[in-house]
Amino acid sequence: MSKRKIGVYICHCGGNISDYVDVEKVRQAIEKEEDVVVAKTTMFACSDAAQQEMMDDIQQKGLDAIVIASCSPKLHLFTFRSMAQRAGLNPYQYVQVNLREQDSWAHTDDIEGATEKAIRLVRAGIAKARVSKPLEPIRVETEKKALIVGGGISGLRAAISLADMGIYVFLLEKEKELGGWVKNFSSMYPHNRSGREIIQKLVEEAKKRERITIFTEAELIEKGGVLGNFQVKIRTKGEEINLEVGSIIIATGFEEYRPSEGEFGFGLPGVVTLSQFKKMVENSQGELRFNGKKVNTVAYIYCVGSRQREGNTYCSRYCCNATLHTAILASRLSPSIRQFHLYRDIRTYGKNELLYEEASKLGSVFLKWSEDQPPEVSSQNGHLRVRVKDLLTDGEEVEIDTDLVVLVTGMVPRDNQALTEVLKLPIGRDGFYNEIHPKLRPVETVIDGVYIAGASQGPKNSYEAVASSLAAASKVATLVLKGFAELEPQVATVDPEKCEWCGLCLEACPYNAFEKVKHGDKEVAKVVEALCKGCGGCVPACPVDAIDVKGYEDATIKSMIEELLAGGEG
Amino acid sequence: MEGEVKGAEEFRPKILVFSTNNISDLGIDLAGSMHMHYPPTVYTISVPCSSGIKPSWILHAIEKGFDGVFIAADGTDCPYLEDCTDRTAKIAGKAQELLKENGYNPVRLKMAAICSVCAEPFVNHMKNFYHTLKQLGPSRKGEVKNEKI
Repeated sequence: MSKRKIGVYICHCGGNISDYVDVEKVRQAIEKEEDVVVAKTTMFACSDAAQQEMMDDIQQKGLDAIVIASCSPKLHLFTFRSMAQRAGLNPYQYVQVNLREQDSWAHTDDIEGATEKAIRLVRAGIAKARVSKPLEPIRVETEKKALIVGGGISGLRAAISLADMGIYVFLLEKEKELGGWVKNFSSMYPHNRSGREIIQKLVEEAKKRERITIFTEAELIEKGGVLGNFQVKIRTKGEEINLEVGSIIIATGFEEYRPSEGEFGFGLPGVVTLSQFKKMVENSQGELRFNGKKVNTVAYIYCVGSRQREGNTYCSRYCCNATLHTAILASRLSPSIRQFHLYRDIRTYGKNELLYEEASKLGSVFLKWSEDQPPEVSSQNGHLRVRVKDLLTDGEEVEIDTDLVVLVTGMVPRDNQALTEVLKLPIGRDGFYNEIHPKLRPVETVIDGVYIAGASQGPKNSYEAVASSLAAASKVATLVLKGFAELEPQVATVDPEKCEWCGLCLEACPYNAFEKVKHGDKEVAKVVEALCKGCGGCVPACPVDAIDVKGYEDATIKSMIEELLAGGEG
Repeated sequence: MEGEVKGAEEFRPKILVFSTNNISDLGIDLAGSMHMHYPPTVYTISVPCSSGIKPSWILHAIEKGFDGVFIAADGTDCPYLEDCTDRTAKIAGKAQELLKENGYNPVRLKMAAICSVCAEPFVNHMKNFYHTLKQLGPSRKGEVKNEKI
């Protein structure tokens, strides 16, 4: 092979890498490697300035391949592919080396070991770049139709938005009725509008649109095909229906945390969850009453089922705001009511801070407890008592006799196992569906053409859920409205010289991505690129080693293996 | 069969992990994100799917100087192939045969399904495998008798 011109960039990641990997030592070790013409370290490879510098190098030094050793390719593969493209370099001649998740962060205890590993990983990356070939994306037609799973506020809003952009929508709701959680809410923060009315309006709007087809008591049971052209099967009221859609949005929402018996007194009369309390406030005619008796005192215990040491370690976001909003409503119903908020931290972020201020003005009292000394709830002769050590008064022990204890319960993921299996969607540590990147690709999943929206992704309040569902809707629109999508060109390829058609590749391929063609006097296998997923399942099946997946060729993998082992510590 | 273990104190087994772009690579990334430690002589090459790994790559890795190869398989989470677990197991079986035929101990190949959140299982596999390989000593041709018929 003729000589290559490879640029290598090693990222500090602002210390995330360079605190544990001697990046300068890595640079020195590889700068003399064959074909390397540029070897630099950079503070943040993903920054605009660093990308500009790489683009200048590509153009001025005529680089024909680059290696960026930074974070996991799950984060910035597309960032850098697009940078390469802008500089006129084929995006498939860029190689990402994972020095962060798979090196510096995994070996924070061993700088020397992590540095040696980095050198070897970068060398393997250079080996891969050296044999890289330009590839062109494969075009597929896209159906101007979308499937939305979940007919709550997120799914409804996305459906309307898509329909208005000219896209046909199939909206699936598991329950008999559309509207999810929000249809049961009365006054919601921050605008005091009723959830029921909001949902009514959205359902009306959705029904007005001819492009929206609603299926209730419906679930997705099968998915095949690729982005742009998924074949899905749904079951609704005992009937199975096959549909073709270009893209899918998952908006299946959340489940409420159910405290276990005895958790902060749960099970005692008068100990209720936030949603139960909200119902009581909503249904009150005049002053607040419980079991026919006037409610004089309410004690709220925050973070129930959230921010646990084990279990649900995350914050549920909406609960502080929802509780304070409800406390304001309760104060308005019964102006003399005494309300005690036993919290760990209050997160009334952004303009919700106004809720905190208003609740305080209306007489709410705040007490802060430590995770190590949670409040204790007991019942004596039918009277509830809460005991808490208040950090705001230097750990003073406070006893509150109260009519109600409200457990401020958070959100937990829905049990969606069947759906998750159909879609093969990855789930995060918190049990919710996982986006590719929380900031850069917040509604995309690793399954091309499948997006997540609303609280299926993690705790969100209704306006955050809608913001994400509109983001998902616009992602779907950009995909399907163009009429075509570009697929990864890293598909299988057959060497017709080696191939003696035996059919084993076709047998190994569930996508039927092989056809028999003439090559000179013989018959050989040829890959149908639009059908090929690039998994490589056919590669080990070929008895004459005639199949490679582009980018993962036999020679590429073998040279990477050799480079991982080459030389000393550099 | 065990052979002598030279310089066992300094011997740091090198492990090649074949991971997959969509599934096990995420689990391995997560281990790093959580700052879970495993030996830095573990190197990963990502491929699209564990059913696309050639047995000859595994032999190549051992012949060139890796002491062990670990297939971080997609298992039932594979987005491509429903029977991925069986396929990868077959590949592992063939590779172990190939290792034996070439005089290498087949226990130098290990396979386990690593899901996209399997950070802890991955780290445990690495530690255990590292320990096993350390006891076994560096890979060398002829460590087991050529069993080719």
